[in-house]
Amino acid sequence: MSTITQSPAPTPASAPIVKATAQIRSWKIPITFGGFAVLSLFLFVLLGRGQRGELSTFRLSQARDVIQLPEVALPTFATGVFVAIVLVFLAAVSVWLVYGHRKIPIVLTILFALLFLVGFLAWAASGSTIPVPGLLIGTVTLSAPLIFGALGGVLSERAGVVNVAIEAQLLAGAFSSAVVASATGNPYLGLLAAMVAGALVSMVLAAFALKYLVDQVIVGVVLNVLVIGLTSFLYSQVLAPSANLNSPDVFPRLNIPLLSEIPIIGPVLFRQTIIVYVMYVAVVMVYFGLFRTKWGLRVRAVGEHPQAADTVGINVNRTRFVAVTLGGVISGFGGAYFTLGAVGAFNKEMTNGMGFIALAAVIFGQWHPIKATLAALLFGFATNLQNVLGIIGSPVPSEFMLMLPYVVTIFAVAGFVGRSRAPAADGKPYIK
Amino acid sequence: MKLELRGITKRFGALVANNNISLTVESGEIHALLGENGAGKSTLMNVLYGLYIAEEGEILLDDVVQKFAGPGDAMKAGIGMVHQHFMLVPVFTVAENVVLGHEQTTFGGRLDLTAARAKVREISDRFGFDIDPDALIEDLPVGVQQRVEIIKALSQDARVLVFDEPTAVLTPQETDELMIIMRQLAESGTSIVFITHKLREVRAVADRITVIRLGTVVGEASPTATNAELASLMVGRAVELTVHKNAPELRGTALSVKNLSVIDARNQIVVNNVSFDVAAGEVLAIAGVQGNGQTELTEALLGLQHHVTGSIDLDGKPLRGFSVRHILDSGVGFVPEDRTEDGLIADFSIAENLMLDRSSGAPFVKAGNLQLGFRAKFAAEKIREFDIRSQGSDMHAGRLSGGNQQKVVLARELSRELRLFVAAQPTRGLDVGSIEFVHTRIIETRDSGIPVIVVSTELDEVVALADRIAVMYRGEIVGIVPGNTPRATLGLMMAGEPAPATEAAL
Repeated sequence: MSTITQSPAPTPASAPIVKATAQIRSWKIPITFGGFAVLSLFLFVLLGRGQRGELSTFRLSQARDVIQLPEVALPTFATGVFVAIVLVFLAAVSVWLVYGHRKIPIVLTILFALLFLVGFLAWAASGSTIPVPGLLIGTVTLSAPLIFGALGGVLSERAGVVNVAIEAQLLAGAFSSAVVASATGNPYLGLLAAMVAGALVSMVLAAFALKYLVDQVIVGVVLNVLVIGLTSFLYSQVLAPSANLNSPDVFPRLNIPLLSEIPIIGPVLFRQTIIVYVMYVAVVMVYFGLFRTKWGLRVRAVGEHPQAADTVGINVNRTRFVAVTLGGVISGFGGAYFTLGAVGAFNKEMTNGMGFIALAAVIFGQWHPIKATLAALLFGFATNLQNVLGIIGSPVPSEFMLMLPYVVTIFAVAGFVGRSRAPAADGKPYIK
Repeated sequence: MKLELRGITKRFGALVANNNISLTVESGEIHALLGENGAGKSTLMNVLYGLYIAEEGEILLDDVVQKFAGPGDAMKAGIGMVHQHFMLVPVFTVAENVVLGHEQTTFGGRLDLTAARAKVREISDRFGFDIDPDALIEDLPVGVQQRVEIIKALSQDARVLVFDEPTAVLTPQETDELMIIMRQLAESGTSIVFITHKLREVRAVADRITVIRLGTVVGEASPTATNAELASLMVGRAVELTVHKNAPELRGTALSVKNLSVIDARNQIVVNNVSFDVAAGEVLAIAGVQGNGQTELTEALLGLQHHVTGSIDLDGKPLRGFSVRHILDSGVGFVPEDRTEDGLIADFSIAENLMLDRSSGAPFVKAGNLQLGFRAKFAAEKIREFDIRSQGSDMHAGRLSGGNQQKVVLARELSRELRLFVAAQPTRGLDVGSIEFVHTRIIETRDSGIPVIVVSTELDEVVALADRIAVMYRGEIVGIVPGNTPRATLGLMMAGEPAPATEAAL
C-alpha cells in the first residue's frame, strides 16, 4: 500500500541529528475519499431518490426571526448527481496528489466533507423540508454536556490521569443538581451541587490513581458502574416516591439582544440557556489556563514528564490532584445540563453514554480543549441530525447516526485524521 | 560556594547505598566523583539534591547546615543538577523548560515568556551557546539539550553544579566542549561535582578525585594518577583494561549487507543506504554516538523493523523480509541494547528466561508440554558455565544484578548453534568484572569462527574488541576503518567527518 522515495536532507553543520525524511505515500485519504465517492454514486445516483422531480427544501430562518432568509429548494436527484460527480472528481484529485508525492490540503478534505453532507441532506430530505437553524441549535444544545465532559477529560488527561469516569461525573452532576435545585427551589444552587458532585467523583479517581496507584482505567470503569448503580438506587428509592425532590426549575433560554438576530448564527449561538453561555466561557478558560498560565505549564509538565517537574520543585501529585478535581467540577457542571438545561427531571442512566462520547471527543480532539470542543460539536451534530431525520421521515436507520461518533473515533485513533499523541505520562502514576 | 557532605548514610531496605560518605568541594573546584555503575554516586547526588532524604549525615553549604525537603529547597540554596537522563519536557520549548517551576507571570496570571526568552539568551550568550529559546526540546540534538539543562541550573543562580554522567550521550568533540564549559564555570566561582566512571575524562578536567566503591569512599586521588591506579581503586583489585585477543582468523564473508535503509514510524530515514560485510571469525564494531541509527540497524538485522529496503544475506541466504522466528532459526544470536526491556522478562525465573526463544519445539517443549526437567538441568548447566551469581535457577531475573542479567542473556543466545552474533551495547551499565567477562566471551565467540557485530557507543569498548570499525553518523556509515585506528580519527568520524584517505578495507 505504500511506496518509498527518498529526499536528500539538508544538513547544516550545527543541525541536530535529523535524518533525511522519507515520504511514505499514504493512501489513507484517497481510499477514504474513494469509498465515500462510490457510496455517493450508489446512494445518490443508482438508488437516487426524487427521480420524479421532488425538491429538497432547506429552511434557513425561524418564524420569529427579524431578518428572514428565503428558503432554498434544490432538485433532489440533480443535486445528488452533481454532488456524486464532484466527489468522484475530488477523489481522483487526491489520488493524483498522493501519486505525485504532494500533500492533500486540508481545504480539500473540508470541501469533500461539506459536499457529501449537502448531498446526503438533499437525498434524505427528498420531498420535505430541513430546518437548518433547528438542526444547528440542537447541535449546540446537545453538544453542551459533551463539551463540558470533554473539557474535564482534557484537564485530567493533560495532567497525566486517564479520565474514563466522565460518564460518572456527568451522571453525578445531573442527579445532585436535580435534587438540590428541587429541594431549595434555586437552580443556581443546583449548578453548584453538580460541580461538587463531579469534584467528589474526581477526587475518588484521583485518590485511587495517585495515592494507591490503582490502574486508572479500572478505577474509572468501576466509578462509572458505581455512580450508575448509586443514582439508580436513589432514584427508585427516594426520588420516585417523592416527586417534589425531582422537579427542578429548568433554565429558560436567554436571548442576547442584537447578537441573537444575526441570521443563522444568532439563533444558534445566542438563544441558549445560561449553561451554554457558561460553556463558551469554560472553553476559553480551559484553553487559556492550560496554554497561557503558569498553572497550565505545570499541569502539562506533570502530564508529559513528571520527573522533570519534580526536579524543579513541583509537587507532581498535588498538581495532578488539583487538575483532576477541577476536571470533575467542569464535567459535573455539564451534568446539570441534562436536568436543569433540558429534561427538567432526573431519570435513571439519563446520560446514556454521553460520557463515553465525550471521552471520544478528547481523543479525537488530540487532548486540546478547542479541538475537543469541535469534535464534541461534530458528535452533537450527528446525534441531532438523527433526531431531525427521524422527524422528517428519512430512510436512514437512526442507529447508523448514533454509531458515527465511535466509528469516527476509531479511525481517528488509528491515525486517519492527523496524528493523535496522548500526553507522554498519561495513565502512568508517578513513583519516585 | 563551598559544599560539604558529612557522614551521609542512605539505605534502601537492607541495601546500604551510601555508607558514611564525607566529601568537600571547595569554591571554584571541579571535584570528580569516580565509581563504577552501582557504586552509589547517583544516590549520593540525589540526596544532595533533595530527591532522597538521607538517614544520617548532614549537608553544609558555606559551613551552614542545610535541610532539604525536596529539590525546590536544594535549588533555592544554590544547588543545580545536570541529570544523566535530561529532565526536560520534550514537547516544551527551551524557554518553557528553563522557567518551569520558577515562572514569572504578568497581569492575569499569564506566563511571562518574554522574560524567559531574555534570560535564556543572556545565559546562552555568556557561554557562547547559541540556543534558540523557542526551539522545541525534542528537535534539539542531545548535546544542545544538555546545554539547556546547564542553562536551567544557572538560571536559578546555582553555585554548586552537579553533572551526573554528562558525557554518556556526547561525541568526543562535544565532550571536549563540555570540559571547556566546566572550566569556564569553575573559573567564575561555581563549584562543580562531576560524576563519572570514565577515567580519561576525570584526569582531563578534575582538580580532585574521590573514588567510591560499594557505597563507601575508598580514597582520594590526584588527576596525575594513572588509569591503572584509578581503575584499581575503583574496582578494588588490579584490572586489565585491555582484552587479550589474537589476530583474527578470517574464513570468508559470512554476512553481507547491501544498500540497507530503514524508515521509522515518523517517516525518517534512520538507516540510510548502508553496506558492509562481516567475515566469519572477525568482530566488526559499529561505533557512533547514541541515536545515529545503530539501534535500528541491529533491529533490521533481526527482522524487528518494518520499512526496510536493501538486502541482508547470511551465508548466501537472504534474511530480509523474513520473520524474527525464521531469522533466529537461521542462527542469528542477538543481545539487545536494553536488557531489562528487550533482553529479559524480569518476572520470569532464570530458567524461563534461558528458554525464551526456544519455546517452539524440542528439546524444551514436547507435544506442547514444557520439559521442566530438561529445562532445570539446562539452566543449572548454564548458570555454572556463565558464572551467573544467583540463588538458583528459580530466582526471578529482575532480582539479579545488571552483570548477571547480561550473563543470562549471553547464555541464552550463545547456547544456540550460531551463524552470526549481534551484540548491542553489551556492557552498558555493567561493573568492570562483568565487562571483562562479556568481552572475553565475545572474543571466544569470534575465535570459534562466528561473525560478530558489536554495537557500542563507548570508544574504549570499540577499540578493545574490534577487528574493523564501522562508524555511523546520521544513519550512514561514515567509513569502515581497521581496528587500530587512532581515537582522534574515530572521534572525528563520529562527528561526521569522512575517514582519512588511508582507509583500508580488510
